[in-house]
Amino acid sequence: MAKHETPLIDQLESGPWPSFVSDLKQEAESRAKNEKNIEYQIPQDCCDDLLGVLELSYKHGRTHWKHGGIVGVFGYGGGVIGRYCDQPEMFPGVAHFHTMRVSQPAGKYYTTKYIEDICDLWERRGSGLTNMHGATGDIIFLGTTTPQLEEVFWELGHNLNQDLGGSGSNLRTPSDCLGESRCEFACFDTQAICHDLTNEYQDELHRPAFPYKFKFKFDGCPNCCVAAIARSDLAFIGTWRDDIRIDQEAVKAYIGGEIPPNAGAHAGRDWGPFDIQKEVIDLCPTKCMRYEDGKLEINTPECTRCMHCINVMPRALRVGNDKGASLMVGAKAPILDGAQMATLLVPFIKVEPPYTEIKETVIEPIWDWWMEEGKNRERLGELIKREGMQKLLEVTGFKADPRMIQEPRSNPYVFWKADEVPGGFERDINEFRKFHQR
Amino acid sequence: MAFISSGYNPKKPMENRITDIGPRKYDEFYPPVIAKNKGKWLYHEILEPGILVHVGESGDKVYTIRVGGCRFMSVTHLREINEIADKYCDGYLRFTTRNNIEFMTDKEENVKPMKEDLLSRKFAGGSYKFPIGGTGAGVTNIVHTQGWIHCHTPATDASGTVKATMDVLFDQFTDMKLPAKLRVSMACCLNMCGAVHCSDIAILGYHRKPPMIDHEYIDKMCEIPLAIAACPTAAIKPTKIEIEGKELKTVSVKEEKCMFCGNCYTMCPSMPLADDVGDGIVLMAGGKISNRRDAPKFSKVVVAFIPNEQPRWPTMTATIKRMIEAYSKDANKYERLGQWAERIGWERFFEKCELEFTHHLIDDFRDPAYYTWRQTTNFKF
Repeated sequence: MAKHETPLIDQLESGPWPSFVSDLKQEAESRAKNEKNIEYQIPQDCCDDLLGVLELSYKHGRTHWKHGGIVGVFGYGGGVIGRYCDQPEMFPGVAHFHTMRVSQPAGKYYTTKYIEDICDLWERRGSGLTNMHGATGDIIFLGTTTPQLEEVFWELGHNLNQDLGGSGSNLRTPSDCLGESRCEFACFDTQAICHDLTNEYQDELHRPAFPYKFKFKFDGCPNCCVAAIARSDLAFIGTWRDDIRIDQEAVKAYIGGEIPPNAGAHAGRDWGPFDIQKEVIDLCPTKCMRYEDGKLEINTPECTRCMHCINVMPRALRVGNDKGASLMVGAKAPILDGAQMATLLVPFIKVEPPYTEIKETVIEPIWDWWMEEGKNRERLGELIKREGMQKLLEVTGFKADPRMIQEPRSNPYVFWKADEVPGGFERDINEFRKFHQR
Repeated sequence: MAFISSGYNPKKPMENRITDIGPRKYDEFYPPVIAKNKGKWLYHEILEPGILVHVGESGDKVYTIRVGGCRFMSVTHLREINEIADKYCDGYLRFTTRNNIEFMTDKEENVKPMKEDLLSRKFAGGSYKFPIGGTGAGVTNIVHTQGWIHCHTPATDASGTVKATMDVLFDQFTDMKLPAKLRVSMACCLNMCGAVHCSDIAILGYHRKPPMIDHEYIDKMCEIPLAIAACPTAAIKPTKIEIEGKELKTVSVKEEKCMFCGNCYTMCPSMPLADDVGDGIVLMAGGKISNRRDAPKFSKVVVAFIPNEQPRWPTMTATIKRMIEAYSKDANKYERLGQWAERIGWERFFEKCELEFTHHLIDDFRDPAYYTWRQTTNFKF
């Protein structure tokens, strides 16, 4: 028998899409039965009370979580999101309901052994509820009490060789697309650098030392499967500098209808036979392709590597051999002064371990500048807007490059430095008046 | 409920403390076929909705079955995922960047029985536990947030709006019949955790009333200058108020300058603004993150307000469905929703999607607003 009546959220059990309400109820039931005789370390009926508080929110049209919450583990300044219910007498099972962020393996590959281990831990010491995964990438343990935080952290570290993720004004948990592990488009090993930088900057991740949050994301190609360009302060996006590799026989197979375009992504509708002119050549943004006398040609210097032709004909076209990444900076959501996508800073850089050039010429100079100049709660993107792209170039030492802009400025409000102008800025009005009377 | 120690000694908290070990290394979890062929994949194919095959230079193949995940899931559900992965995939699995689950196997003969098994599993209420899909030119999982399950600043619920929307769009998840992939995202307030600002269609929780001020507590609870600095439109200023003969430091909010973003509440617990009838949904459209053909785009506000109609948000889901149907009918092959809207013109987008255009949709935030107005005579009647 359910602890609380939940007529509103019960209506989210029907329909084909997996129902979170049904799942929550099955966990509530599992805890009530406790077939494995677990010594639950937080209230056995916490899932029932979560159903209850959610139902009340559906009734009121408002959240029932109190503002904020500051909890954590010794040694770290983040990793746990504290949360308390604003009706603790009605729902004592979720009076404390803190979230722990657990650092996920790059690419989110798992063994069932690992998943079983975290389930055992979290079932005993938490609510048994998770998010797989948080938007930044972490495994989310959803709901436990303050006294359990150190116990969970101890077990994670000692038994599972596993750390917490980031929260607060620091480096957040980096994440990546699956990269070379299962994609022929990947231009660098996203997982290797994601793991390397996460470990290199553990101190910056666990102990907030920044003006605000900072995120890394790693996309293996410009398709951006982890959305680095929109969702990270420093985005790594794979690219290449040489020719797209063309298999002319495979091109003919596409034209002959032997291979479906775009790997069959449009198979649910009849779009007619594949037309290379219409679907590839004419849609190329730079019009640098042509198909003549049974041969596909690409004028490499004019190609902007948008991926369209490769996406349409993955068996005939492959990314080049001279691979690396473009680095882009400053993406953020709207608060405070408007959303930003990332801006191109480094058109091409090799991405090879131990990544020394990336660390020393990009990451650390940017952090040095932003940690000194960034205002309280100012994202990197906002600092770049406030102090200017030129300042970013100055602190990183990169030379201005037309690739960094969409278009040159249209206003003529151009700053010059005194040492760029002959004679500097120090002038004598009396000298001027010798030739120009008042 | 007896307390069971993990081994942690609260009297000596720093003793035997392990820190800064980071995540587990990714390659501990690679299925052998992935480890062997990493960086040497030749091509891939979508065999049917939700089922992929990748072929390596070695000739090795790996089959992937992608299934929808709720993101919010219990350990019971995770253990059922494990059971499937043990049965068909030698104990390996992964999650995608949109919170779907991928089961991989190099054994072609496992694909069909796994597929049948996955589709046979349903929750007590009747919904699929593991619907197969989310590939190619269709709708995949909705990137979403915490909502009323765990957050203190939402203007709507996340899990509920997502379930309601995915039920309505379910046949787009299990098929590939759109002009291009269509990404739906959801955020329960305009902090926009996730991908709302860069999705084909986005559901955004929004407030419409200025914050209430808990004058008696604000100076005790808040760093007042931070609340002032949190306002994008400078609607907040410090002030003093007299309550029961005592002068208290507080703030005042200029109502005509407040656009209800809630960022002051994020910084200051004494400025709550949630409201049952004020709060609701904004719909945005036309964003994308890939660089395919043209640059990434922000999503644009196309519906200024839809009320919260929990538990199923019928007006919101019907509006989303109408937009997708208009797009599906009208757009060219490979054209993302934003590319379609820009090609036909936003005036035509509103007409084809039968959306009302109101003054709320015209940008009025600072200098960049000008660049969103129309400085040309080129328009369609």
